[in-house]
Amino acid sequence: MQLSRQVEEKLGSLYRSGGRIVGGVYLGKGQEAFSAALGVQLVEGKDVYGPLIRDQAGRIAFGEPLLDCFRTYLGTATGPMRGRDGNIHRGRPKEGMLAMISHLGALVSVVTGVLFARRLRGSLGDTVGATSIGDGGTSTGAFHEGMNLAAVEKLPLIVSVANNQFAYSTPNSRQFACEDLLLRAEGYGVQGWSVTGTDLASCLKGFRAAVAAARSGGGPQMVVGRMLRLGGHGEHDDASYVPEEARFSHLGQDCLMVAEKTLAARGLASAEVVRGWEQEGRKLIDAAIAQAGREPLPDPYRERWDALSTSHLVEGRSE
Amino acid sequence: MSLTYLEAIREAQYEALRQNPDVFLYGQDIGAFGGAFKATKGLAREFPGRVFDAPISEDAMVGLAVGAAIEGARPILEMQFADFSSVGFNQIVNQAGTQYWRTDVPCPITIRLPSGGTPGSGPFHSQSMESIYAHYPGLVIVTPATVEDAYWMLLDSVELNDPVMFCEHKFLYYHLKADSLGERSLPIGKARIARPGRHATVVTYSAMLHEALKSAEELQLDGYQIEVVDLRSVKPMDTDTILASVARTGRLLAVGESFPWGGVTAEIVARVSAEAFHLLDAPPMRLNSKDTPIPYHPNLWKSHRPTVTTISDAVRRLLRY
Ligand SMILES: Cc1ncc(C[n+]2csc(CCOP(=O)(O)OP(=O)(O)O)c2C)c(N)n1
Repeated sequence: MQLSRQVEEKLGSLYRSGGRIVGGVYLGKGQEAFSAALGVQLVEGKDVYGPLIRDQAGRIAFGEPLLDCFRTYLGTATGPMRGRDGNIHRGRPKEGMLAMISHLGALVSVVTGVLFARRLRGSLGDTVGATSIGDGGTSTGAFHEGMNLAAVEKLPLIVSVANNQFAYSTPNSRQFACEDLLLRAEGYGVQGWSVTGTDLASCLKGFRAAVAAARSGGGPQMVVGRMLRLGGHGEHDDASYVPEEARFSHLGQDCLMVAEKTLAARGLASAEVVRGWEQEGRKLIDAAIAQAGREPLPDPYRERWDALSTSHLVEGRSE
Repeated sequence: MSLTYLEAIREAQYEALRQNPDVFLYGQDIGAFGGAFKATKGLAREFPGRVFDAPISEDAMVGLAVGAAIEGARPILEMQFADFSSVGFNQIVNQAGTQYWRTDVPCPITIRLPSGGTPGSGPFHSQSMESIYAHYPGLVIVTPATVEDAYWMLLDSVELNDPVMFCEHKFLYYHLKADSLGERSLPIGKARIARPGRHATVVTYSAMLHEALKSAEELQLDGYQIEVVDLRSVKPMDTDTILASVARTGRLLAVGESFPWGGVTAEIVARVSAEAFHLLDAPPMRLNSKDTPIPYHPNLWKSHRPTVTTISDAVRRLLRY
């Protein structure tokens, strides 16, 4: 989560300095604990993960190389999306990391489908699938359909719901009318878990239990955490609509600082050790940016303008 | 042996399941019940664990199919009616249609769309969606008009490494019969001259092929030889076969059952106008349904879609020009 925060601060400054980043920047500040706590429970090369907009921390924890992030934000031809898609819309489906489309809720059923095929082919074993959603995304039909279908199929899906109080500018009160999104779990017939979204220890405990339950045949799991988005919807947004009270409430706590305090209090890592991690992180980030920055950008003349893998069915092909 | 169009679709699914263990069927009421039209009759029993009843969740059904395809499976989805695929539209065009292009991972899924009008079916059980889906990149749109094509093109669709919208026409389900399934002949992407002629070309597909063929019979009595082209797949569209036919006849009428604004027939006319203007002896014409929702009562329905009469009238106008 530390590295994630540093990556995102770098992305933010690259965005503000203009020029190098193509398109918007969407950050997960304040949600690192919640996101990373899921990512670390997953095993790269075995489990399947469909991260969403605020999951830089979960991506790193899962094992996504920093280069994938910077290559995609800079739009290089070398990255996984090759300039065809950008920023958070990146992934490597064959390696278990799905590439989200923008439409919220749509990934729930796709992750479920991967698990479904594994069961069909006898390769499911104790693998799990996981994806994330925000409070706003839970209002979509796709989310509902996906949750219900996963529950009917009893597949090992973990859905993390980050209730950061706002969907873009819309507060919870205009998004849903039930008391807590956790209540939805029971309606779907899936197991629900509540964690303190700003507290890494609580997030780790909850996700560890949820992932273990899914691995051992407990069916879909829904983990809900509450926190505040510590920034705008994207870097273009100053979040002026977030009231002062929210910023200074317990939800507005910075999970990174909470985690640092816990580490020190439990004697797990001193402030110096954490500063050391920061330095390590800076090196990794600088190296990744330097490399991505040297790499070629996509070239319209070399681009294969085909949306089908069956090349002879591509219309207008003059080969 | 005689086989209906619907039975051919069932047989093709049987064959696909038999040939490839990665194929599975997913759709509402398609398991033990055999589907609303019985297109999967008996398949759940013959292939245990491979034919699944789905909840009424078209969005999630398509999402599941895309995920399964990423993992190497080859799902065949049944939409209970093409009309309800609108609920899965987002996953079809934005998830399935962009998957290969965005990630380099192919998306081999086949979505069966029981399409088109039948008497008494009304606005929400009669739609033809081929034009809508053809508009989006990344999808193959198949529109079989014969029993043989229903069978072979469904098998071809399942083998294709791309998402296929398989538009099967409900009007043909029981009416259309063949003595055998024949041999695998033309691939997806190739049109067929269903009836040769020299005075005018009618380009069409799916159920409208049969209306067009009847119209050609009728016009034959007046001494006109109408060439009828069956597109078989609307995307990719076999422009070469269309242009070659127009080169022979100099006159074009494009007929489709979907709504008139834009769509497949407009695409045909646009391509012919742009690429073969010099071959035309008359302005190219198109004929579609009326621009209203599809009516329920047969009296109205019969006048809403193109018929033998309206096709013949249009061809006569084309010939008179
Ligand atoms: C179906 C859909 N509608 C609208 C949008 C535009 N949009 C992108 S993010 C967003 C807010 C999402 O809020 P939430 O799900 O709470 O997640 P958060 O941004 O708070 O992490 C909106 C409205 C979208 N991506 N998808």
